Amino acid sequence: MATSIDVSDLDIYYGDFKAVEGVTMSIPAKSVTAFIGPSGCGKSTFLRSLNRMHEVVPGARVDGRVVMGGQDLYGSDVDPVEVRRQVGMVFQRPNPFPTMSIYENVLAGNRLNSRRMKKSEADDIVERALRGANLWKEVSDRLDKPGAGLSGGQQQRLCIARAIAVEPQVLLMDEPCSALDPISTSAIEDLIHELRTEYTIVIVTHNMQQAARFSEDTAFFNLAGAGKPGRLVEMNSTKKIFSVPDDPSTEAYISGRFG
Amino acid sequence: MSAPTTSPPAPPPARAKRRIGDVLFRGSTQVAAGIILVALAGVAIFLTAEGIPALRADAAHLAGESTFLAYAWPLLFGTLLAAFIALLIATPLAIGVALAISHYAPRRLANLVGYVIDLLAAVPSVVYGLWGANVLGPAMVPVYRWLSEHLGFLPLFAGPASGGGRTMLTAGLVLAIMALPIITAICREIFSQTPRLHEEAALALGATRWEMIRMAVFPYSRSGIVSAVMLGLGRALGETMAVALVLSAFRIVSWDLVSGTAPSTIAANIALSFPEATGVGVNVLIATGLVLFVITFAVNFSARMIVARSEKGLVR
Ligand SMILES: Nc1ncnc2c1ncn2[C@@H]1O[C@H](COP(=O)(O)OP(=O)(O)O)[C@@H](O)[C@H]1O
Ligand SMILES: [Mg+2]
Repeated sequence: MATSIDVSDLDIYYGDFKAVEGVTMSIPAKSVTAFIGPSGCGKSTFLRSLNRMHEVVPGARVDGRVVMGGQDLYGSDVDPVEVRRQVGMVFQRPNPFPTMSIYENVLAGNRLNSRRMKKSEADDIVERALRGANLWKEVSDRLDKPGAGLSGGQQQRLCIARAIAVEPQVLLMDEPCSALDPISTSAIEDLIHELRTEYTIVIVTHNMQQAARFSEDTAFFNLAGAGKPGRLVEMNSTKKIFSVPDDPSTEAYISGRFG
Repeated sequence: MSAPTTSPPAPPPARAKRRIGDVLFRGSTQVAAGIILVALAGVAIFLTAEGIPALRADAAHLAGESTFLAYAWPLLFGTLLAAFIALLIATPLAIGVALAISHYAPRRLANLVGYVIDLLAAVPSVVYGLWGANVLGPAMVPVYRWLSEHLGFLPLFAGPASGGGRTMLTAGLVLAIMALPIITAICREIFSQTPRLHEEAALALGATRWEMIRMAVFPYSRSGIVSAVMLGLGRALGETMAVALVLSAFRIVSWDLVSGTAPSTIAANIALSFPEATGVGVNVLIATGLVLFVITFAVNFSARMIVARSEKGLVR
């Protein structure tokens, strides 16, 4: 049920400020695509335009097409709320709902979608999502405890469980490990590796090794110059990007000569 | 902070000066806190000392009642009823307006509405009283008629409907408008402090704006809403002039919200009866003041308890 995403000529604005310009790319289904590039080049902005989260910032808008499963997400008859139910998102800082239990956190998205759920049905969803997020063993005996009581890495996996509980087609992750310690990071990396068989995953990362380790494709973003909008420099298979990239600036960034 | 050996030590005068500043600041804040406590204690002692003789007052000074309790109870009833009606109306309205300002309206409009609501707080209560008695009350008369005709089987609307509109419901409405600014201002502040992180978590799950507010905004602001409402309640309980102008000074216990014979409140009764009170009659009024003082205190205290308890579970 995962689907590919085709972006054509996308410009992204914050009010009058053009943050990203002219992105055209094709994100394959059931694989991991990594976005890399220096800070401020618009990786987060572009990622958030893929589930229409960009426009929750006042004055923010986009211009261009994002086609998922044959439908333009920015078509005039498309409800952004529906888009977000199809495209899950995991943020840089873990953000479980602090007043909800672990159980309720996992179900938060499902509760929005559906009328009443039977208890057994809800239990199944929670267990499946938590197992899917490699968290079940650690929390199965305290599902009624607040989600905020978990460690940072566990909270992030709880957020992943919450995102996959509604069985989205695409999972967007914005530097999901950057606030975590190395052990939690490797737990999440393993998880992302497993999730690729079911979801189209797009992940922003600052960590080159991470991108090289588990992504199939990598897109390198850069600023055209100080004060200019960010743009997509090149997108290729990860193997190629990290060995013989097409663009000299990609190679300079990866080998650490700038950024 | 300690300087390494190579750099010159900080000049002693500067350090001494800063110390003096600290001492002055700490001293002045402690004095200020002390003054507040002393003033509060002074009020309590005054009210108690001057109120005690009221317990032995005779019927002549108790408007015909045999005991102080029988005298004060209808006033207390009126006070609580008016304040309760006011909050019942003001709370949802204030929360709605605050949400509109913090989460719905475009920035420019939100600022304007916020400003207008703040202005309501600057209107003197005597103006509210005159407006309630002369404008709002008469304007509400058809509504009161309708209520007593169609819902007259409820004790609340038993009627007969007041011809001048100076009813309990009018008093409650006026108090609601007076309590609105403080509740709105605090709610607005609290709503806009909701962490962006959690609002986005809800939105990214596909929550509509209202669902996002229920998932992310309300859980954060529950304790703040309670304190805001309690501050509004404080205003409604103690309000004097507006109620005195709207309600005639009856001392009865009646649930009828639409009739002209409505229970007065403690504060309004003090204001209306004080000019004619003599001797023990003054003590009686002061004793009712003590009752109001205790009630207000209890309300604030229980509000703090609720807030403290609900905040314990909230890890920020
Ligand atoms: N909410 C916002 N309002 C205005 N400008 C923003 C906002 N968020 C990001 N930007 C700007 O958009 C550009 C891209 O930012 P971002 O997408 O966060 O970059 P990255 O994730 O690659 O570090 C930056 O110039 C940043 O200042
Ligand atoms: Mg970013």
